[in-house]
Amino acid sequence: MTMKKTTLILSALFSALLITGCGRPEAKQAATGDASLSFVPPGQHDKYYLFYSGGHSGQVFVAGMPSMRHLVTIPVFSPASGKGYGFDDKSREMLGKFTWGDVHHPGLSKTGGNYDGRWLFVNDNANNRVARIDLSDFKTKQILGPLPNSSGSHASSFVTEDNEYLLVGTRFSIPLPKGRYAPLEDYEKEFAGVLTGIKVNKETGEMSVAWQILTPPFNWDLASTGKGPSHDYAFFTSYNTEMAHTLLEVNASQLDRDLGAVLNWKLAEKAVTDGQYTLIDGVPVIDPRKVPGLLHFLPIPKSPHGMDTDPSGAWVVGSGKLSPTAAVFSVEKILKAIADKDFSGENHGTPILKYESVLEGEVPVGLGPLHTQFDGRGNGYTSLFIDSQVSKWKLPPWTPEEKANLEKVVLDKIDVHYNIGHLVIGGSDTHEPYGDWLVAMNKQAVGRPLPVGTALPETSQLIDIRGDKMKMVAEAFTDKEPHFAQVIRADKLKPIGVYPKDQSKDPNAVWKLEDAKVTRKGDTVEVNMVAIRSRFAPDNIEAKVGDTIVFHITNVEQVAGIAHGFSLNEHNINGSIDPGETKTFTVKLDRPGVFPFYCSVFCSALHQEMQGYLAVKPADAAANSPAPGKPVETASRK
Amino acid sequence: MREEKPASGGGLRSLLGSQQVFLRKPLNITSRLVLVLAAALMVAAMAFPVWKIRLVAPQYREGLELSIYTWKLEAGNKGQDLVEINLLNHYIGMKPLAQADFLEMQWMPFAFGLFFLLILRAAVLGWMISVVDLAVLFGYFGAFSIGTFAYRLYTYGHNLDSMAPVKIEPFMPMLIGVSKIANFTQSSFPQLGAILLFSSWVLILAAAVFSLKEKAL
Repeated sequence: MTMKKTTLILSALFSALLITGCGRPEAKQAATGDASLSFVPPGQHDKYYLFYSGGHSGQVFVAGMPSMRHLVTIPVFSPASGKGYGFDDKSREMLGKFTWGDVHHPGLSKTGGNYDGRWLFVNDNANNRVARIDLSDFKTKQILGPLPNSSGSHASSFVTEDNEYLLVGTRFSIPLPKGRYAPLEDYEKEFAGVLTGIKVNKETGEMSVAWQILTPPFNWDLASTGKGPSHDYAFFTSYNTEMAHTLLEVNASQLDRDLGAVLNWKLAEKAVTDGQYTLIDGVPVIDPRKVPGLLHFLPIPKSPHGMDTDPSGAWVVGSGKLSPTAAVFSVEKILKAIADKDFSGENHGTPILKYESVLEGEVPVGLGPLHTQFDGRGNGYTSLFIDSQVSKWKLPPWTPEEKANLEKVVLDKIDVHYNIGHLVIGGSDTHEPYGDWLVAMNKQAVGRPLPVGTALPETSQLIDIRGDKMKMVAEAFTDKEPHFAQVIRADKLKPIGVYPKDQSKDPNAVWKLEDAKVTRKGDTVEVNMVAIRSRFAPDNIEAKVGDTIVFHITNVEQVAGIAHGFSLNEHNINGSIDPGETKTFTVKLDRPGVFPFYCSVFCSALHQEMQGYLAVKPADAAANSPAPGKPVETASRK
Repeated sequence: MREEKPASGGGLRSLLGSQQVFLRKPLNITSRLVLVLAAALMVAAMAFPVWKIRLVAPQYREGLELSIYTWKLEAGNKGQDLVEINLLNHYIGMKPLAQADFLEMQWMPFAFGLFFLLILRAAVLGWMISVVDLAVLFGYFGAFSIGTFAYRLYTYGHNLDSMAPVKIEPFMPMLIGVSKIANFTQSSFPQLGAILLFSSWVLILAAAVFSLKEKAL
């Protein structure tokens, strides 16, 4: 046994003793793990990137895996002063009137059904938006929305095999178009659900709303895109087939099965080309009753949550929250049922596939199944919210004996802490899952982290799935609140270190100290500023009250890691300008005074000296003189 | 020395006489080919840096690199290393390094062109005297170039702006070898270009040696 291993085991034992010592029973029973398996020595890189959705933080958290070390947080829907995001004109415009979002399901871009490492798409469940993060610089490049007709884009962002579409299902149904009132009692008649196809430009990643499909007012919950034999299809779950509009906890939990959707997005594309749509709020909206084959409903055991297609594209797994089963559907059988019109009825004119005809089997995975991931070796791993476990089971094809008793295909279970929501295996939604690690993202952290008061972090637990038995390896904590995550092999990404000077396209960029300048046009003062270690040029700027001052600041550095900040005292401006980047800050000057600005990102030995002054004169001399009879206190040095 | 002793001065005369004999020696075919090779090496030297200065610090793990050619200054990382070196040097008030300041880079190509022609001329005309001229001139030229290079380094290290934020004693940057300047380890070494030029000079000397046994005409 090596020295390192001995030390690790001793320290693990020691911490176990400590935990036992403080008498926390819930922590005591779970103090297992083998951190040596996930240990990445200082100076070495992790093998994978792990992109967590940040939930209502409106951000994406990036960690290295297997070390689980947090690397960086990417602000998407929320301003983040640490990144200067939401302070410069461009990011302010992108955020619009919202200062937060609810990020649920990150989706990596794909080519040929595998991750191509170009973009990460995320949704905003709160304000009905989707965003694109460029993985060349880990920055948010586009926010699309609020999407017309869509309210709560929860079943998003699911990317088709070749980045054709990003699919979005609206969680909340509303009367359409947005802004229209309808009484809540008329829910079934007046409200509608919507499935949206967002076109992705294959060169630039630019997203645009391509089409929407009108559905009954179910609550579309989650989805997955098909691949291989199911390439043209996407599969959605919904809850509230009951179409309740109040006390959904009870009223939407009445039916034994809810209706999921089998969507042929190729036919949606064709319907738009053929003009089979109505424009609602500027979007071509398709009535599925008029396009045969476009939409079929699929019964899924009670109040399902996750809907996951396996790496081969032949099996789709619906996880019934209130049914202790993972329902495995056969794509072959679904396609056959569609062809044979093997329906059990219809709902609002849309045919319902006959459950028994398309089902391969209900695997008794355990209580509260939410999501399923795949290892590429024929196994599924389902998160069990109520049992606080991950259940490993064998995908079909099953032997007749197994089929007769599907308990036999449940291979292993592992405790997680606690109330697991999503789980992720790298590449599970591609043809080639990595199949070595599983990360469980748990909703309740009670007793796991060092106490930090009343607002607890989330736990994510790293589980080794290489062997027959799952093995708990490590535990990490994140801020609220990862829902889903994506994992990509680090060598698939080639992030830049600086923005190359020769590729700068900003017309306001200045690269030389001697080109820095201040130009006045009427009441607008434009400053073309250079930021370089350790100065701003110009650093003494004069303007007057009523002026609009526009700072175009170029960080002319070309060395990785040398960012400069631009913080203007008492004007709520903080930029972080990366090497080679130009950012624009527009400030309306509303009061006289001399306002220091400084570099807020530590840049060099003389970083502290990197500062300047914005001197704002009164609009006219009279405005500056004290009001008659009212003495004004001024401070000055004698 | 014994021959110089006679008062008549016959020894000196004979020495001069033997030199004249030596200088009138014709070059054999080997010497001429060696000269052509020397000319070729000189031309080839243009394609390679003659000197390289490298600066390594903990935060510049990959190092900042300056390659000095006979006719240009080339910095690593698509030229950015020079920007970085100048940026760092401004803290100690050193004048920015710029190719325009290296005047010799402008006339060096002309000088080498001239030497190239002179070597070919020697190879064609085939007299020992041309080879001796060449060896002396080229040797002088090489020594002069290294001298100016050292002087440049001295000037950069000694004309420091008195307003600089960091005041340091004027210093002589390392010409050949490794030295430590603050957090940087500077290494400065001749490169393939210099080796080719030196070889070219050695070949010129060799051309003379190969024809030592020829009879003066």
